[in-house]
Amino acid sequence: MATVVFPDHLLGCTNGQRQVELLVDNYRELLLALEKQWPGIGEALAKSAVAIDGQIYQDAFLEPVNADSEIFFMARIEGG
Amino acid sequence: MAEAVDYQVLGTRPVRPDGVDKVTGRAQFGADQNLPNMLHGKILRSPHAHARIKRVDLSKALAMDGVCAAVTGADFPTVASGVSIGEAGGDVMDIAHNVMARDKALYHGHAVAAVAATSLEIAEQALDAIDVEYEVLPPVLDVLQAMAPAAPLLDENCFTKNLPEKPDKPSNVASVMALSRGDVEAGFEQADLVVEGEYRIPMAHQGYIEPHACTATVNEEGKATVWCCTQGQFDFRTAIAKILDWKVGDMKVVPSEIGGGFGGKTVVYLEPVAVLLSQRAGRPVKMVMSREEVFRATGPTSGTVCRVKVGAKQNGRITAAKAWLAYESGAFPGAPVGPGAMSIFAPYDLENFLVEGHEVRVNKPKVAAYRAPGAPQSMHAMEVALDDLARQLNMDPLDLRMVNAADEGTQAPYGPKFPAIGFKACIEAAKKHPNYTAPLLEGAGRGVAAGFWFNVGMQSSAEVRLNEDGTVIVMEGNPDIGGSRASMSLMAAETLGVPYEQVKTYVGDTESTGFCNLTGGSRTTFATGMAVVRACEDIIAQCRSRAAATWGVDEEQVEWRDGQAVPAPGVNADVNPLSLADLAAGAPRTGGPILGRASLNAQGAGASFSVNFTDLKVDQETGAVEVLSFTAVQDAGKAIHPAYVEGQMQGGAAQGLGWALNEEYIYDADGVMENAGFLDYRVPVASDLPMIDTEIVEVRNPSHPYGVRGVGETPIVAPLAATANAVRDAIGIRINDLPLSPPRILAALGGE
Repeated sequence: MATVVFPDHLLGCTNGQRQVELLVDNYRELLLALEKQWPGIGEALAKSAVAIDGQIYQDAFLEPVNADSEIFFMARIEGG
Repeated sequence: MAEAVDYQVLGTRPVRPDGVDKVTGRAQFGADQNLPNMLHGKILRSPHAHARIKRVDLSKALAMDGVCAAVTGADFPTVASGVSIGEAGGDVMDIAHNVMARDKALYHGHAVAAVAATSLEIAEQALDAIDVEYEVLPPVLDVLQAMAPAAPLLDENCFTKNLPEKPDKPSNVASVMALSRGDVEAGFEQADLVVEGEYRIPMAHQGYIEPHACTATVNEEGKATVWCCTQGQFDFRTAIAKILDWKVGDMKVVPSEIGGGFGGKTVVYLEPVAVLLSQRAGRPVKMVMSREEVFRATGPTSGTVCRVKVGAKQNGRITAAKAWLAYESGAFPGAPVGPGAMSIFAPYDLENFLVEGHEVRVNKPKVAAYRAPGAPQSMHAMEVALDDLARQLNMDPLDLRMVNAADEGTQAPYGPKFPAIGFKACIEAAKKHPNYTAPLLEGAGRGVAAGFWFNVGMQSSAEVRLNEDGTVIVMEGNPDIGGSRASMSLMAAETLGVPYEQVKTYVGDTESTGFCNLTGGSRTTFATGMAVVRACEDIIAQCRSRAAATWGVDEEQVEWRDGQAVPAPGVNADVNPLSLADLAAGAPRTGGPILGRASLNAQGAGASFSVNFTDLKVDQETGAVEVLSFTAVQDAGKAIHPAYVEGQMQGGAAQGLGWALNEEYIYDADGVMENAGFLDYRVPVASDLPMIDTEIVEVRNPSHPYGVRGVGETPIVAPLAATANAVRDAIGIRINDLPLSPPRILAALGGE
């Protein structure tokens, strides 16, 4: 099962739960699963970047998620 | 993806294609656009740092001869909150209300009204004829005072975001955030030694040479064209359209050459106003800011208070680290405290840490991005604390960093595990550098610090056109700030296998090239470069197909080698290779013009690390600092054009030294900036600096066809702490706050 980790400032959306394990095939399915578990979290996640197996995505969509994937949500990176 | 090891043109240093135009004055910057029948627009700015706008009367101004239009906030459409614009734009409602105040002026210099007149003089006189009634409110200027429960509120509708429960009272604290891992208190208990401090840095400006300028015209069909200096014509188009409630397709934005941006030209200020004035007047409107307006009303970066505590064992291994960050966002939310929090410990492999961040609204200009936004301030605190730790442990500061350095597989403080990174390689290169092994001059001090930036990819497009004679045109949409046209040409030439001189790169407007996110985030050479390489690969595929048709063989039987189509090994074809020129000449018979395209959302921008060190002397009588040498070591992945990489490193060092030594916004008690000009806001000039020595480390980024990492942002991160640590080394006294200006150093030395 893929491991999904939330940063501290998203714990308000997950009732304080920092980590969850899910079996999904891609990022879109992951978002749907998280929204089902914590209705409303999708809005906060849409404003976040996500790292899937070390690769940071500002706009993930159908990126594959494997059974052993590590997924971290994080603030979007901007720049000057 | 191209796999190139022995590069033909990458890594060479051709003269920049825009150089002659820039040194001869032919290059067209934002203020150089003039149109027939053009009007001149000016902005009326609030004389108060915090005031309710009770009434704005334009009637006397509009009655003046030569005044053709005037607008206030009431003339702009209502914009709802919640929509983010652009890479660094922020919430559209905040941007709209920063462009033109509605019911409140939130900083001295906030736009309150605007006029367009037949001459600049009449426009300025008309500003005096505008009658504004204010209810003056107490300003809040200090980040810690703004956080106090009894502080005057900038916005009664601002409730702190990201708290576990929605607060029942509004606050100037726009949002909070935190990152943590392990058990930080247990980590401190394991420590043999703990250092801590509070570090303050005031607001500083990007200090670009070219002031903001634009010219807008709205034609009879209701379509607008805007010429402006911008880091991103597409993001500006989106912002203007959303603020004015226009269709994006009715708006064309043409980028000029740009005299520096550094993040400050990622947001609109004048452009929506000029479009609205032009629409009202039925004539083109040009608007140019004065330097004073640039300082008072455009994007500085956050003033900050950072508290850091670090515990370590006697061998230097860090057992715990803790940081508390408060960043000024200015009048509206948008402080880069998130990146500041994520970067502060990024160079290090830590088991236990806690970072708490706060973005705080104050009655100062809305902050905008500035190179590696948020990282210089927080990392200054950490790198200064590490210097104190190294002193107490009697360790070389580079050795202390090496003991704790992040490497491939280290879990970054912000979550993911690092792929291949170059931090250890930078430390090793710095340790061996002749400037580091050289003895210190008598009376001088030496300081070391590390830097980091994430880098981003994002959306880019490129089109590569093959001319009839085999020369090549690259069209892309990123304003060239740091030499990107040359870098794109180099990557195209390398991929196609032709000389650099055969390729010319042009930056298109929003109607002549595909969408590109703005030039920022150190993304252009990485992401747009990736699009250029793919567009060239598209060209190569078409050329192989045309050659196969010409020779009567299968496409798989044709290879592309050294800029020519050649039969694959073993293919029995008695033919001569076909060059790009041959294929271009034959194009009418083989299918028509040859055009390559690519659009992508680039992923995998590799993080960039740096190590800087500097030697300097302090004049004990005046407190003035003389920088004797400054050495910047940085991982570039692959330096496409090494001179431009070195230029980024040198420019970042120069800006960082200015921030460390002299630059600061100075306010009086009423919130009026007292040094809104380059005479009093002291950026370093050539005579203040030695030649900045550079060493490029190349640890390939596996996500880019040529291994590129962004290089534009990291260079400004380490100079702040490197300078502070060198001053500490020189005078034996730690000064926690910046800038280390002569009065501050003199006070520390006990002088007057």
